[in-house]
Amino acid sequence: MVSPVAGHSPPPFFRRGPAPLVRLIVLVSAALTLIVVDHRLHYLELVRQGLSVVATPLQVAAGMPVKGVRSAGEYFADITRLQRENVELRREQTALGTIRLRQEQLDMENTRLRALLDMRERRQVAAQVAEVIYAVRDPFSRRVVVDKGMTQGIEPGSPVVDDIGVIGQVTRVYPLNAEVTLISDKDQALPVQIARTGVRAVMFGAGNGSLELRYLPTDVDVREGDRIVTSGLDGVFAPGLPVARVKGVEHDGSGGFVRILCEPIAGVEAHSTVLIMTPGKPVDPAAIAPAPPAKEAGK
Amino acid sequence: MNQPSFSSRRILRPVRPWFVALTLACALLLNLMPLGRTPLLPDWVALVLCFWCVREPLRVGMGAAFVLGLIMDVGYGSLMGQHALAYVLLAYAAGTLSRRILWFGPLRQSAHVLPMLIGTQCVMLAIRLATDAEFPGFMFFAGSVVATLLWHPISFILLLPQYRPENKDDNRPI
Repeated sequence: MVSPVAGHSPPPFFRRGPAPLVRLIVLVSAALTLIVVDHRLHYLELVRQGLSVVATPLQVAAGMPVKGVRSAGEYFADITRLQRENVELRREQTALGTIRLRQEQLDMENTRLRALLDMRERRQVAAQVAEVIYAVRDPFSRRVVVDKGMTQGIEPGSPVVDDIGVIGQVTRVYPLNAEVTLISDKDQALPVQIARTGVRAVMFGAGNGSLELRYLPTDVDVREGDRIVTSGLDGVFAPGLPVARVKGVEHDGSGGFVRILCEPIAGVEAHSTVLIMTPGKPVDPAAIAPAPPAKEAGK
Repeated sequence: MNQPSFSSRRILRPVRPWFVALTLACALLLNLMPLGRTPLLPDWVALVLCFWCVREPLRVGMGAAFVLGLIMDVGYGSLMGQHALAYVLLAYAAGTLSRRILWFGPLRQSAHVLPMLIGTQCVMLAIRLATDAEFPGFMFFAGSVVATLLWHPISFILLLPQYRPENKDDNRPI
């Protein structure tokens, strides 16, 4: 072998680019930079949108056989089940019809009363029905993907509910679909209140599909079976949507806070059709409080 | 049929680059298939990438791993760079150990592959736990064990196009 002369090594026979260790260091530092930038600075949504142009066709192609098998299964579903479902749906529709008739009347009454009290009209919440396509396979979080996206006017932050209660919030919007973070995700927080007492709190995902009410003092009045509804303080979720039911209250006395475990009311982890609401503007206190008396205003 | 390795006498045809690309694309498709949150499903991309990094370390390496990782990050909606970092480390390990692994038979090759795949998952776990995600439970690692069991069948299937017919020719001993 020829020894290198004063730093000059013989040219290589085969061009193989940089040494593996150099490549490793470059790529690892690139990946680490991406992780930090994505986690801390959230600058990468544009890159994600761009790469989703590659990933989305792959996802659609990958979803096809699964969808085919599922629809074939539905095609061969026994007719008695369908008939039973039909009867149930008819019954439900009749029940809902009577409620709707009453609601029209109540709505009119409500507008009259609000006009009488000089309160502002409550905002009508627009909503879109969407189908859950699949649950995201990332094992570290709980998210699902729905079949409505930017082209249908879905905005990030929109509340997502099913027919019983809240299931989550839209966190990422792609051109044709959107990603919904479920309320059972560890990072998902939701301002709520206990329906019986009106105590306000923040609800977090507990990790294993259940929910947890955090930061409540040990002497708080909460019992097993209490219903928990959204408080609407965030201005995103409408107030009064059912969220969860208290499953257990533990006073361990170590942290100064009580540990309240809840289970979601809505089928958070198992559902197919959901409703995506358009988020409202932050609640204006003047819209809720009655207007000051005319004498004060006249001064 | 014994698996071709450095110690076996089988000689393979050269690999076709489009076949490597095709298998990696198929692995991506299998990974992106919406099958719910079953922990038993192996990470097909990691498995196939590991295979090609062992078999063809000069063709498939860390660059391909990085790109595949980024696509997986977007497809899974996970933290950007999570799969990229794990796959780059996997490709480096597989490429470096390639000369060693190919001396062994299928069972011992699997014994080399298992720690590499578990290590890949540990990298992802460390990244996500450092960024406040929830711990998915120890069943998370079941996918790697399944992938290791699949190593022998997968390497047979992926090498199929390179096998040449075994016709005995008395004039040519090789």
